[in-house]
Amino acid sequence: MLAEGLQKIYKDTKALDGFDLAVPEGTVCGLLGPNGAGKTTAVRILTTLLRADGGRATVAGYEVGRESAQVRARIGLTGQYSAVDDILTGRDNLVMFGRLYHLGKRRARERADELLDSFALTEAADRQVKTYSGGMRRRLDLAASIIVAPQVLFLDEPSTGLDPRNRNKVWDDVRQLVARGTTVLLTTQYLDEADQLASQIAVIEAGRVIADGTPDQLKTLIGGDQIGVVVQEARDIPDTVRVLASVTGAEPKVEPDLNRVSAPAVERVAILTSAVRALDEAGIAVEDIALRRPSLDEVFLRLTGNASPAPSAAASDELEKEAVSS
Amino acid sequence: MTAPTPVIPQSGLERVRWAVSDTWTITLRYLMHLSRSPERVVGTMLFPVVSILLFGFVFGSAISVPGDGSYREYLLPGMFAQAMVFGIAGQAVAVATDVARGVNDRFRSMPMSDSAVVVGQTCAEVLNAMLDITLMFLCGLAVGWRFHGSFSDTALALGLLLLLRLAATWIGLYVGLILRGPESGGVLMPLMFPVTMIANTFVPTEAMPNWLGTVAEWNPLSATTAAARELFGNPGAASTDVAWPLQNAVLMATVWPLVIMAIFMPLAVRRYRRLSR
Repeated sequence: MLAEGLQKIYKDTKALDGFDLAVPEGTVCGLLGPNGAGKTTAVRILTTLLRADGGRATVAGYEVGRESAQVRARIGLTGQYSAVDDILTGRDNLVMFGRLYHLGKRRARERADELLDSFALTEAADRQVKTYSGGMRRRLDLAASIIVAPQVLFLDEPSTGLDPRNRNKVWDDVRQLVARGTTVLLTTQYLDEADQLASQIAVIEAGRVIADGTPDQLKTLIGGDQIGVVVQEARDIPDTVRVLASVTGAEPKVEPDLNRVSAPAVERVAILTSAVRALDEAGIAVEDIALRRPSLDEVFLRLTGNASPAPSAAASDELEKEAVSS
Repeated sequence: MTAPTPVIPQSGLERVRWAVSDTWTITLRYLMHLSRSPERVVGTMLFPVVSILLFGFVFGSAISVPGDGSYREYLLPGMFAQAMVFGIAGQAVAVATDVARGVNDRFRSMPMSDSAVVVGQTCAEVLNAMLDITLMFLCGLAVGWRFHGSFSDTALALGLLLLLRLAATWIGLYVGLILRGPESGGVLMPLMFPVTMIANTFVPTEAMPNWLGTVAEWNPLSATTAAARELFGNPGAASTDVAWPLQNAVLMATVWPLVIMAIFMPLAVRRYRRLSR
């Protein structure tokens, strides 16, 4: 799946402003961004629901827009709002969509049974969808998206409004599909979702991808691992700062209310061991010492949280370059 | 679990076959909607029945019919035509619901025929209208309405009614696509009333003020009503009406729906395509 310079302009806002993304076959890409960043617009263009105003995209080897029929035969879409018929039963929905994929009457029925079974919906199969819970509805929606094996599956915020148990179920389903070779583009506001499922994460803001890489690459992007030392007594903080500065060769950061001092730790274990030794020699009573990787949340906030637009654009250009080179 | 591999039609002929099959699948979907919501069925069936009884007996005792016929004989063709037009509101709401709920997104992201969603719905509406007409026909017979025309005239009258319904489905589709959501459907009923009232449905147009009478006489609904009266052999038929469209009611009952379709078909199709803007 490849998008190059996609543009989408509504009256006076640019929903997509040069959207670039490449997702290799058989991988999961998490498209991460705040509300209104253009995630759904991108998905709608790639699934042929919207026409782009500029740029080009190919999905499963076919050009979106010019070869829509070919694209549509190879994709599955699970939208933010479940795209199933409320009034029909779960089974009727799947049979109907199966027939629209021209499986034939009998095969459509068999396939519906298979999917109901594997999505744990057999019991509710003959109830109207409007009686379903949010989780059941989402699972039915997902089932409808994979009636024929899609080469590329688009999941637009698949776990919005789901409780943790149902969310885990949906995640398991997605993992199973990926294991069978489906390429997945997943949009989400939840970082742990992207972290859990995606091998590649693209951060989107104001209609552009501002950073793109593996979760680890993105975490390294904002300074990599940190060593954090929590001291027992606040008066030891200045000494700790001195020790960490000499060990890491960087300016440590102090969080006085937590009694914590932290600094970047590029050579993780070497720095940890020499910090332990140096702190011990200085006679500082340490409550906790740990290496930690910044969470995706921190990455996300760093990337998208800048208030002033001009420097943020410059900064994100730099980050993008870094992400590409790393 | 083995997922089937996707196929798409290769030849033109196969594409046509797919379009027909998709259309039928969508038609079935709407018919299943009806069977799954008995309250809606009862509602849509009850409405014409109640109307026939109310108008037939309440108005019937006060209104004198041109040519001294029975009011219920006069009324029934108008009720038929009105039912054909009233379908617009329910259909528009159904269309708006589909668009809002995202089912349309799934249809549009599937390798199905583009026209099937639209045409399938139209088919379902017409089938639904047949059910309405049958019911009203029986109900009419029960309250003393009779058709006096030949078999072919009666069939022609029913055909013209369905033609009006077919034309109205394109209005319903278009209105459904421009509605902001199913909730906005509430504005439709009050708008429908003038369309069916400023017509010869319930009272002869001669009794209306001059300008209003003219509007009523050119109302497409009036043409179908007048044609049905003429063909059923009910009172109030062409001879007593003076206006040209009603003198040539059968012709106009054919022309009007075609004109409506010529206007609303492209509008609806364009609007449907605009979903991708």
